[in-house]
Amino acid sequence: MANWLNLAFQFLDSFAFIVLAAAGLAIIFGIMGVINLAHGEFILVGAYATTLAVKAVGLPLPAAMLAGAVVTAGFGLVVERTIISGAGPNWVWERLEPRLSAALPDQAAAVLPSGPLIEPLYDRLADSMVATFGLSLIMVQGARIVFGNSIDQVATPFGEVAYGAFSYSAYRLVLAGVSVALLGLVYYVFTYTDYGMRARAVIQDDRTARALGVNTERTYAATFALGSGLAGLTGALFAPVISMQPTLGSQFLVEAFVAVVVGGASVVLGTALSAAGLGAIESVFSNQYGTFFGRIALLLTAILALRFLPGGITGYIERVRKRRRRES
Amino acid sequence: MTLLALSDVTAAYDRTPILRDVDLAVDEGEIVGVMGKNGVGKSTLMKTVIGLLEPESGTITYRGEDVTGLSADDRARRGIGYIPQGRDVFPKLTVEQNVRMGETINADSDEYLYESVYDYFPVLEERADQSAGTLSGGEQQMLAIARALVANPDLLLLDEPSEGIQPSIVDQISEDMQAINDELGTTILFVEQKETISGYLAV
Repeated sequence: MANWLNLAFQFLDSFAFIVLAAAGLAIIFGIMGVINLAHGEFILVGAYATTLAVKAVGLPLPAAMLAGAVVTAGFGLVVERTIISGAGPNWVWERLEPRLSAALPDQAAAVLPSGPLIEPLYDRLADSMVATFGLSLIMVQGARIVFGNSIDQVATPFGEVAYGAFSYSAYRLVLAGVSVALLGLVYYVFTYTDYGMRARAVIQDDRTARALGVNTERTYAATFALGSGLAGLTGALFAPVISMQPTLGSQFLVEAFVAVVVGGASVVLGTALSAAGLGAIESVFSNQYGTFFGRIALLLTAILALRFLPGGITGYIERVRKRRRRES
Repeated sequence: MTLLALSDVTAAYDRTPILRDVDLAVDEGEIVGVMGKNGVGKSTLMKTVIGLLEPESGTITYRGEDVTGLSADDRARRGIGYIPQGRDVFPKLTVEQNVRMGETINADSDEYLYESVYDYFPVLEERADQSAGTLSGGEQQMLAIARALVANPDLLLLDEPSEGIQPSIVDQISEDMQAINDELGTTILFVEQKETISGYLAV
């Protein structure tokens, strides 16, 4: 009996961790075609902002967590405007270039680029990986320089739930609840709101969306900010339970990327199904053979999924649906 | 009054000029058709008017204002409804959501013509909750027209509406376009290869 409860808690734990780790990454990848290798560092921003809001500003924890998510969303917006879309640097260059070429001798002015400096990174998978990997290195080192090798952690709220000889952190149950609520919220946003409908239209055909009056650039910026805000929320939620050091983002990366690869293109369904499947595998193996084998099982599953379901779970579902439709 | 005017417009794909010094004027309330064989630049013309393609030179004026430097979404919000060649409905959105996507056109008006649109194309109301990818070609064409029309634009751009659609539906769509022009006063600019549709639409 107790072991079944252990297994159930372990499953909830992995499920919540995978959903929360992957949600922001999945949205940015699914809608913008940008692989954000700095995803872990966006989580870092959320975790640090939350911790500092409690320790330095004195906010209560829930308000601090909200602040952590909002700060990260704002940070994501800045990253989108400068690195991902290049709109900021291009704007500056457009104003600087005429003056610069007037001031320089003709031969030097001739080699200045006349058009925009940066092409947007939308749907350029490899390029976006390189750019965000650079960003990730800068952020980890930047955090180390500014805040040192670790900062004080906030205490885990809510205490423990005891059953038989075991006990379990009640806060981790809250995380499981939050992860389910988050999936519901993201589903609602992308299915029922005008923003969600436009974002999905932009993924399917951004030229036509633009010709219908949709400001696609604003949709991309909002999407990146939303994905960043979710990463920040993940950092905020895990701030009380993981140690606060500049590299904390890396422990989320494996689960986040495996979940996105296994889930496939559909953001909500893909993340939910892959978190449920991977969470079950990880918790059963961890429960039976220890955490080390749990992780190995997770990675093996990812390799098998890449081999047999190249489009992820939702890609497979889509294929089956199409075949049924043709047959009927 | 002239609603849309192109003067000396030259447009190119990757430096291959497709349109050279094109002049065109469309008056308010008119139906204007541009006929021509495949590859003479009809779609290029439409893309240049809506702003998906930037002309190399020349000017495009809409309602007396120079819109040459504006992006496609900006032009659409000023009241141009574009119906792309091959329809380009959003296959994974529902029929109803596809129509709602047209609400951003003509930002000046908050009034949406759902009733008239569903009067012209009742099949779209029947299939409102179906995903648009499951519709037939003719139905997708109706959906693309409904999407462009719902926000009551002043100008509709129709790019080869008869392409890949069975003749009976082409006839029906031609009649609908005539009715839209009569009843809503919408100006229509269309391009076609075949004579069939221009026979219905008084050029």
